[in-house]
Amino acid sequence: MADADSKKEEADYKRVHSFPLIRQSDMPEEMRMEAMELCVTACEKYSNNNESAAKMIKEAMDKKFGSSWHVVIGEGFGFEITHEVKNLLYLYFGGSLAVCVWKCS
Amino acid sequence: MSQRKFSKPRQSTVLGPGQGLKISSQKVPKGSSKKKDDDESTEIGEGLDEWAQNKVLLKPTDQLELTEADLKEEFTRVLTANNPHAPQNIVRYNFKERAYKPISMVEQLAVHFSLEGHMLHKDSDEARRQRARVDSTEEIVPAESSLVEFEDAEEQMEATDESLKTDSVEPAEVIEIASKGKKEQKLTNQFNFSERASQTYNNLNRDRASQTKAPPRATFSDSANQWEIYDAYVKEVQLQEKAKEKQKPSAKKEETIQKKIALEYQGDDITRVSKSSKIVERMVNQNIYDDVAQDFKYFEDLSDDFRDQEGTLLPLWKFQYEKAKRLAVTALCWNPRYNDLFAVGHGSYDFLKQTRGMLLLYSMKNPSFPEFAFSTDSGIMCLDIHHEHPYILAAGFYDGNVAIYNLKKPSSQANYKSASSTGKHTDPVWQVRWQKNDMDNNLNFYSVSSDGRVVSWTLIKNELVYTDIIRMTVEGTTSDKPEALQLHVIGCGTSFAFHKQKDHLFLVGTEEGKIHKCSKAYSSHFLETFNAHNMTVDAIRWNPFHLKIFISCSSDWTVKIWDHTFNTPVFTFDLNAAVGDVAWAPYSSTVFAAVTTDGKVHVFDLNINKYEAICIQAVVAKKKTKPTHLEFNPIYPIIVVGDDRGQVTCLKLSPNLRKLPKEKKGQEVQKGPAYEIAKLERLLNLVREPSGAETK
Repeated sequence: MADADSKKEEADYKRVHSFPLIRQSDMPEEMRMEAMELCVTACEKYSNNNESAAKMIKEAMDKKFGSSWHVVIGEGFGFEITHEVKNLLYLYFGGSLAVCVWKCS
Repeated sequence: MSQRKFSKPRQSTVLGPGQGLKISSQKVPKGSSKKKDDDESTEIGEGLDEWAQNKVLLKPTDQLELTEADLKEEFTRVLTANNPHAPQNIVRYNFKERAYKPISMVEQLAVHFSLEGHMLHKDSDEARRQRARVDSTEEIVPAESSLVEFEDAEEQMEATDESLKTDSVEPAEVIEIASKGKKEQKLTNQFNFSERASQTYNNLNRDRASQTKAPPRATFSDSANQWEIYDAYVKEVQLQEKAKEKQKPSAKKEETIQKKIALEYQGDDITRVSKSSKIVERMVNQNIYDDVAQDFKYFEDLSDDFRDQEGTLLPLWKFQYEKAKRLAVTALCWNPRYNDLFAVGHGSYDFLKQTRGMLLLYSMKNPSFPEFAFSTDSGIMCLDIHHEHPYILAAGFYDGNVAIYNLKKPSSQANYKSASSTGKHTDPVWQVRWQKNDMDNNLNFYSVSSDGRVVSWTLIKNELVYTDIIRMTVEGTTSDKPEALQLHVIGCGTSFAFHKQKDHLFLVGTEEGKIHKCSKAYSSHFLETFNAHNMTVDAIRWNPFHLKIFISCSSDWTVKIWDHTFNTPVFTFDLNAAVGDVAWAPYSSTVFAAVTTDGKVHVFDLNINKYEAICIQAVVAKKKTKPTHLEFNPIYPIIVVGDDRGQVTCLKLSPNLRKLPKEKKGQEVQKGPAYEIAKLERLLNLVREPSGAETK
């Protein structure tokens, strides 16, 4: 019973928490929206390969907003980065992923 | 002097041997051949120019002596171009034929005289070389420029000499001189010449470079792990839920705010400053009417203490509007929410002088100008402000229409108005009164008119829908007479009053002086009819505290107080003039005031004096002016009185007029509605008992 409950809860959690949750961003509104959409698309496309997702995000961002973007995707990591101002996006996605996108040349 | 080459025709010896001999003899002195020629020519010339030359013939010593015959002998000579001295027998070895061969072609040229001239063609190399030399020397001695011409010749001579001498000068040197020579200069006027060209300083070229700042950077650090992500999501979901709950009302608010903003921006320049101008207007008024405002707030008539029971009315502001100057005040109504604001209806009571009307709203804060002003085609006869929506105002007109004004909407016209097709009254509307909202929560109000109808108006979807409540006839419900004789003479309602608690119960005063007690439930029957007055009932009002008591006034000079359960009045007061309006004070069950057409306000306190007014005071400036209406402010001890000249006067009741009865010492001063009811009840009992005994 407890198992079933917890499973149900988990599914519920996954369902409810499927949206992207921006934790930190100093991007302009338009850029932020675009980057967020991109992250969502990439993470959904490569749901079991974070590396590919990160690669996709990085390449797309390079193309759209100029070179030297960096992307980290993972379920657990710590970081301290130096980024160009107005070029940082840190968001959670799908209830278990953290995505950090920043630009620094 | 020109270059000259001298070539003499060669004498040929081909002709005759004798001749040849002669010639040879002549020719022996080779060098003198020319001389001879000269002589010959001179000889020829002698004949011609004998006069000029007186010369003696010089003869060489060895000259042949010739006879005359010899001399005259002619020798014919043919001159040919052949050199007589040229060898004719030259042979050369011909290697081809391996033999000596004579050469036919012989050099015929003989040079007898040659002189090298010193004239040079100026384009020739030598001339150029000379010039180069000259220029260089000139440079060296510019001071001798004046002698240039002179020297030129000399130099040229020298140069030629030099050039002749130094024919063998090394070519390198010559070239050097030539290269040194400047380009040919244009000759300038040496006496009056000035150079035009000028040279300026050249600006120095300078390199400048700058470096931009690197784009600003920032550091950011965080750590992501599952529990943090989970916590963030849970928090966010909770926030979203909260936001959803709030969203509905907030969205509406936003909309209204946006609308407001839009409205504000839509206005023209004047409306944009309207708010600030209003503030300034208020400030100015506050300064002008400062003393009045002080009186209103703080002045208490000290003389009341010595007058025992009587009181006075202190005039405060006078409200007047230029456009409503000649229009009688036909209605007064305080705003239930804003205690400083009251509405004034302007029209005319004179049947013959019906003109336009005016609806004004004044604030005590600004006595000089109305807050709102609406012009109407027909005179306004009555007004009422909705209790729950203090910005909605109902008005009745002389032409029988009723209308609703919304003060929030900036329009100069009524928002809703009845029309002849929607059951408007056919006679003046004497009173309107808002009712509680109906079952569907629609706004509705009642109106009474002298066409005998009491109509309920309901605002449904921006339309006024009417329902007849009662149609009155003079005789009420008389059915005794035969139907043919029955004249449907309508009863003219002039005022009504609704019971505070019993929603259905209301009183209607008529033109013929009767007061009908009616119920909304029965449209054709009156619950009771009071033969109250002999003339038009001008006003009926229920007592604000005691639910059974109402007061009525009439043009027959009387004010009567009734218990609606009794047929006869409890009190009757004769005021010696037609009574225009009567009103209960909101603070006491026993105090009421009435205005009479002789320009006076009568204030009664039954608790103090059951028979006479405790204050009778003229409130109009001119004798002819008749006060028409009066109204108590619901909070402050003031009344407003309107007159038929369009003026509204605000008066303050002196302490005696609003005095609470002094209780015996030691007892608490009682207050509250219950006490007010008891107070009036006690009075009623005093009056009733004898009368009750009589009826019994």
